[in-house]
Amino acid sequence: MTEFDTLGKARDERERRASQRGWRPGLRESALFDRNVIHEIQRAAREGIYDIRGFGAKRAVPHFDDLLFLGASMSRYPLEGYRERCDTDVVLGDRHASRPLHLDIPITIAGMSFGALSGPAKEALGRGASQAGTSTTTGDGGMTAEEREHSSVLVYQLLPSRYGMNPDDLRRADAIEIVVGQGAKPGGGGVLLGQKISDRVAEMRDLPKGIDQRSACRHPDWTGPDDLEIKIHELREITDWEKPIFVKIGATRPYFDTALAVKAGADVVVLDGMQGGTAATQEVFIEHVGIPTLAAVRPAVDALQDLDMHRRVQLVVSGGIRSGADVAKVLALGADAASIGVAAIVALGDNSPAHEEGYAEIATSAGYYDDWHEGRDPAGISTQDDDLAARFDPELGGRRLANYLHTMVLEAQTIARACGKSHLHNLEPEDLVAVSVEAAAMARVPLAGTSWIPGAGTAVNS
Amino acid sequence: MGTRARPGVRVGAGTGYVTVDLAETPLRELNAGLHAVDGDGPRRWRVLNPRGAHAVAAGIDAEIEVDVDGHVGYYCAGMNKRAVVRVHGNCGTGAAENIMSGAVVVDGNASQSAGATGRGGMLVIRGNAAARCGISMKGVDIVVRGSVGHVSGFMAQKGRLVICGDAGDALGDSIYEAQIYVRGKVAGLGADCIEKELDDRCRGELRELLERAGIDDCEPEDFRRYGSARRLYNFQVDDAGPD
Repeated sequence: MTEFDTLGKARDERERRASQRGWRPGLRESALFDRNVIHEIQRAAREGIYDIRGFGAKRAVPHFDDLLFLGASMSRYPLEGYRERCDTDVVLGDRHASRPLHLDIPITIAGMSFGALSGPAKEALGRGASQAGTSTTTGDGGMTAEEREHSSVLVYQLLPSRYGMNPDDLRRADAIEIVVGQGAKPGGGGVLLGQKISDRVAEMRDLPKGIDQRSACRHPDWTGPDDLEIKIHELREITDWEKPIFVKIGATRPYFDTALAVKAGADVVVLDGMQGGTAATQEVFIEHVGIPTLAAVRPAVDALQDLDMHRRVQLVVSGGIRSGADVAKVLALGADAASIGVAAIVALGDNSPAHEEGYAEIATSAGYYDDWHEGRDPAGISTQDDDLAARFDPELGGRRLANYLHTMVLEAQTIARACGKSHLHNLEPEDLVAVSVEAAAMARVPLAGTSWIPGAGTAVNS
Repeated sequence: MGTRARPGVRVGAGTGYVTVDLAETPLRELNAGLHAVDGDGPRRWRVLNPRGAHAVAAGIDAEIEVDVDGHVGYYCAGMNKRAVVRVHGNCGTGAAENIMSGAVVVDGNASQSAGATGRGGMLVIRGNAAARCGISMKGVDIVVRGSVGHVSGFMAQKGRLVICGDAGDALGDSIYEAQIYVRGKVAGLGADCIEKELDDRCRGELRELLERAGIDDCEPEDFRRYGSARRLYNFQVDDAGPD
């Protein structure tokens, strides 16, 4: 046998084995120990530490897709698309503040930090939101000059970490959002790994460069709802009672948390379900703590109605809002507005097939990329690397976000008109049915084709 | 015990005192007045009968002096900029929280989270502070003539915490780059907090802080220094073999 023959045989053997990799008839994967679970166990065995990633909960839980609208029928007439009005405006925070927020659309941009996102990405969010007539929100890194400049309405978060917190930014903000928690990690603080603690980020946060920072998970100067009332009062005093005060909670005990937030004086409650995204946290947090957005909305609305505060304290819901249908459903269940995080950066280009080459270089692929904590995003969105961030065009990004917001509003209006509603806020639970027992029970709407609401009549406050 | 604090803020030429009696005037009017002070505004204010009110003198941004006669509640002088606020009494939770500059001096005792997340300026407590003194501090200097409670200096990022008395349990837990000086006993150190050498530079720093705080009966030599071991700065990731 010549050397060529030997090499040829070796190559043939490799190709034969390669063609046998992956599924073929007779190979059965375990539902419990599937390939992803096996991979994670072996990663843990190699590294000795939990897996950290970005994005929100990826597992399937009951969500808005399990709800359907009842359009017009013999007993209900629709409104003409384009010809008859269906308004979309919303006022947030008129309970106490002398300057509540007037938004053109009931979709806001959720809090995402500079640090988690690049400067150009934050600028794009500001541009797009301003074009669409809505607000953006700062995140765990404080307020940047670019965001204040490009956002016509800016909500400033007060988080447990208090990175960059200062009274000048409080006064420059249009509203203040006290963060108790977020849906991805109720009970956890922010995480930003060393590779994203750039000079600028480190300075804004008063941290040494290159450390793996983990924010506090509790506020340093207040703990329970009675203290929160005093804290809200202080913030109002500092800002001369001008700004609406939001309280953001991750969805765990939405009924009680909403009631307590209202009693503490909140003007707006922001409720973030478990599908809510993050730039970085432990996988176990994302997938196993917090309840689905669908399960959280009705209890929160119940709390508002029980306190006679529905529509007087507004409810903003986030966590897996993806389309005008999701927006319409969350409004129909009683929310005043929806908020988007992951969807917003996807609109900017995150996980786009256009970056497939870049994804391949970091061992991932478009549609799967969630290692946002590493800061190597080829799209230049979830990175602090100047070269990568320079690839992202904030003006184009802003336009894309505005287009996406506009599309969602058109979709929601289409649905609302079909239900005969002249304002998105007129959508109501009676417009909805469910196609699963879980969704019917959670949303408290009947299973389609029946009058059955599982659990109706039993006390289910939580 | 110690002289009256003179933290070195220049006070403008006298336009006399403004006195506000919180027994008769709503807090909102006091704070609105303090926020409205401009270049010509009154430089010296006196607040009577605070009776434990919250957010007294919160959010000032002016070079003025405010004397508060009595005890205050939570968040006195919260987010203070440039002003000198003196509390002639005790204060509740979060005194001088997030102070940016200027000074806050408390004659009596302070409750929990004194100086929380402070980013500049100085907080002086003549009496004792409670738990979590200096929690999450980001550049403020805090000087306590008495003792502090447990978990003081928790996640302290920047600035100096000087304790002339004793410190409670878990001092400096998860501390970053702030410096802690203690003269009395330390009940226990928190995660990643260790004792460090008190060298000439530290003694000089301490002397300057005590002087600014108006404390003249404590010697730098009698203090010990504590700071971060820096073992929690990065996640510990193993690499047990190839795939």
